[in-house]
Amino acid sequence: MENPYLPYPVRIDSVITETEDRNLKTFKLVFLNSEDREKFIHRAGQFAELSIAGKGEIPIGIASSPTEQGYLLFTVNQVGVVTGALHQMEAGDTIGVRGPLGNWYPWERMEGKNVVIIGGGFAFTTLRASIIYMLHPKNRSRFGDITVIYGARTPGMLLYKDELAAWNERDDIRMHITVDAADDPDWKYNVGFVPTITQETAPSAKEAYAIICGPPIMIKFTLPILSELGFPPERIIMSLEMRMKCGIGMCGRCNIGTEYVCKDGPVFDLAHMSRLPNEY
Amino acid sequence: MADKIIKKSDLPTLVSRLLDHYRVYAPVRHQGMTNFEKISAADQVDLNHVKTTLPPKSLMLPQSESMFQFTLLKTGDQAGILREIEKDFSPRVIFAIRPCDAKSFQLLDLNFDTPSYRDPWWMGQRQSTTLVGLGCNQPCSTCFCTSVGGGPFSTDGLDLLLIDAGDEFAIQILTEKGKELLIKASVESEGSEATANAVLARQESSFQAIKSVVYTENLKRHDLKALFDGDFWDELHFACINCGVCTFVCPTCWCFDIQDEVHKGNGIRLRNWDSCMFPLFTMHGSGHNPRAQKLQRLRQRFMHKLKYFVDKYDRGVACVGCGRCVQQCPVNIDIRHVFNLMNDFGA
Repeated sequence: MENPYLPYPVRIDSVITETEDRNLKTFKLVFLNSEDREKFIHRAGQFAELSIAGKGEIPIGIASSPTEQGYLLFTVNQVGVVTGALHQMEAGDTIGVRGPLGNWYPWERMEGKNVVIIGGGFAFTTLRASIIYMLHPKNRSRFGDITVIYGARTPGMLLYKDELAAWNERDDIRMHITVDAADDPDWKYNVGFVPTITQETAPSAKEAYAIICGPPIMIKFTLPILSELGFPPERIIMSLEMRMKCGIGMCGRCNIGTEYVCKDGPVFDLAHMSRLPNEY
Repeated sequence: MADKIIKKSDLPTLVSRLLDHYRVYAPVRHQGMTNFEKISAADQVDLNHVKTTLPPKSLMLPQSESMFQFTLLKTGDQAGILREIEKDFSPRVIFAIRPCDAKSFQLLDLNFDTPSYRDPWWMGQRQSTTLVGLGCNQPCSTCFCTSVGGGPFSTDGLDLLLIDAGDEFAIQILTEKGKELLIKASVESEGSEATANAVLARQESSFQAIKSVVYTENLKRHDLKALFDGDFWDELHFACINCGVCTFVCPTCWCFDIQDEVHKGNGIRLRNWDSCMFPLFTMHGSGHNPRAQKLQRLRQRFMHKLKYFVDKYDRGVACVGCGRCVQQCPVNIDIRHVFNLMNDFGA
């Protein structure tokens, strides 16, 4: 019997400091055993538990796309015991990965549709996985227009800056990068909060799904705008965070009403969310 | 019904024979409390109790269970790697478990034995165990098993059921595992009509002794969000001090935490019972807490047992009516009252 609590051992292949506050780092992980690598088949939107022996585990969204093979990417904010320890680790160190866990963005339902991705701050990790996945040559034709609205506090707080710039040059994805404020005179993108930019750019709701991830305040002010634009609740997709331990629906702490965010989520559409208690 | 009988005076012999074949866990009295313990001799068994102070859930889900071990060395081929810990899942018997407690294991199976994941330690304990029940001739004033799908002689989850019939125990055989146990213990005497009649009389009087009644028939059709927003929570939560004793004595509370513990060069990952009564249970790394308020935590416990579980599994409430939380709550919050508040909501 497979033990669902046992992490696969992985080696840290590289560490990239993503943001100017040095609080967000991206860890590229490589499986020690090839049979583990073959078993780990994920979909964009899923998460995994990162495990550090002696410190514990943390649930983190998978930032790499299933189309990026042979490694996994996780972008981690330093906030507690495990993330603090992880931030002190270096290439060559061994940690564990348990997963993939949870559900994923509704790729089957989104096939043939336009996709609007709205992200804020460091909640852009599984959105990055989604963009890479959709832009892959074998997938791009399966989706209509792709629009991305992504904001951070300052230019230095944006994740994946090189990729953002590269996507901005492409003609098969529409990028709206924004920051709350910038003191760089050469800043060539938008200045303004994500809800404002969403209102200004007014992505069409026709045949479209919106995936939205970000801090609660961003979500609170963006949801009414999406409704005004005509997105029905079934086509507004969100990914939730909760304190988790087991990640497999057993330890009991991450529920919202009947649903365990770790197993029944983390991805819910707004129609489903509206049937659950407002306790998250 | 009595498939076999055993004289009360022969019970020590039966337990001794079980000890030859199984690890045996039974109620043992210590310092005024009776709880399940591993026994090594028949005379340790205490059958003069109504129910154990703690439920036997720790025999399936230990309060603290080691999951994995590891070295803290930074070099070598074991650095950073978690290894499984060998467990003793050899055959064992839980002897004289009450029907309500046996039923709780079936409810917890819904959480630990699922189509997508199976908890290896739960499964190991469940599969290695033969459950020998002891019917309740003298239920206490807080028992309400008959309102929640059980009963003092309910056989749910059991392999054998013993029923006190005076000078002897009637034995009801419920599974192959139970039959095998009786063969190993050389229990051969067939039940007689007289025993069967004695059993019936006792069952009748025991059912009548259960005076507590709760109502559940409306729980499923109540609107979840309306119940969640009910105004009765405000008054109900007022006295609660979030001590968590209700969750620790509850046979159907299974929530757990996972922690790493290290000593010198080595460490273990373990899981410990946790409680939805504690603020840390849901606190995010950011400091945000979806259940920061006492009312939210108390509501979570009762909504989980009497609404979320009902809606999610369609197998009734996550309560077996043992009444332990009613007896142990320091501020007299009574789940029987909560049942009726929730069931009658909006009426």
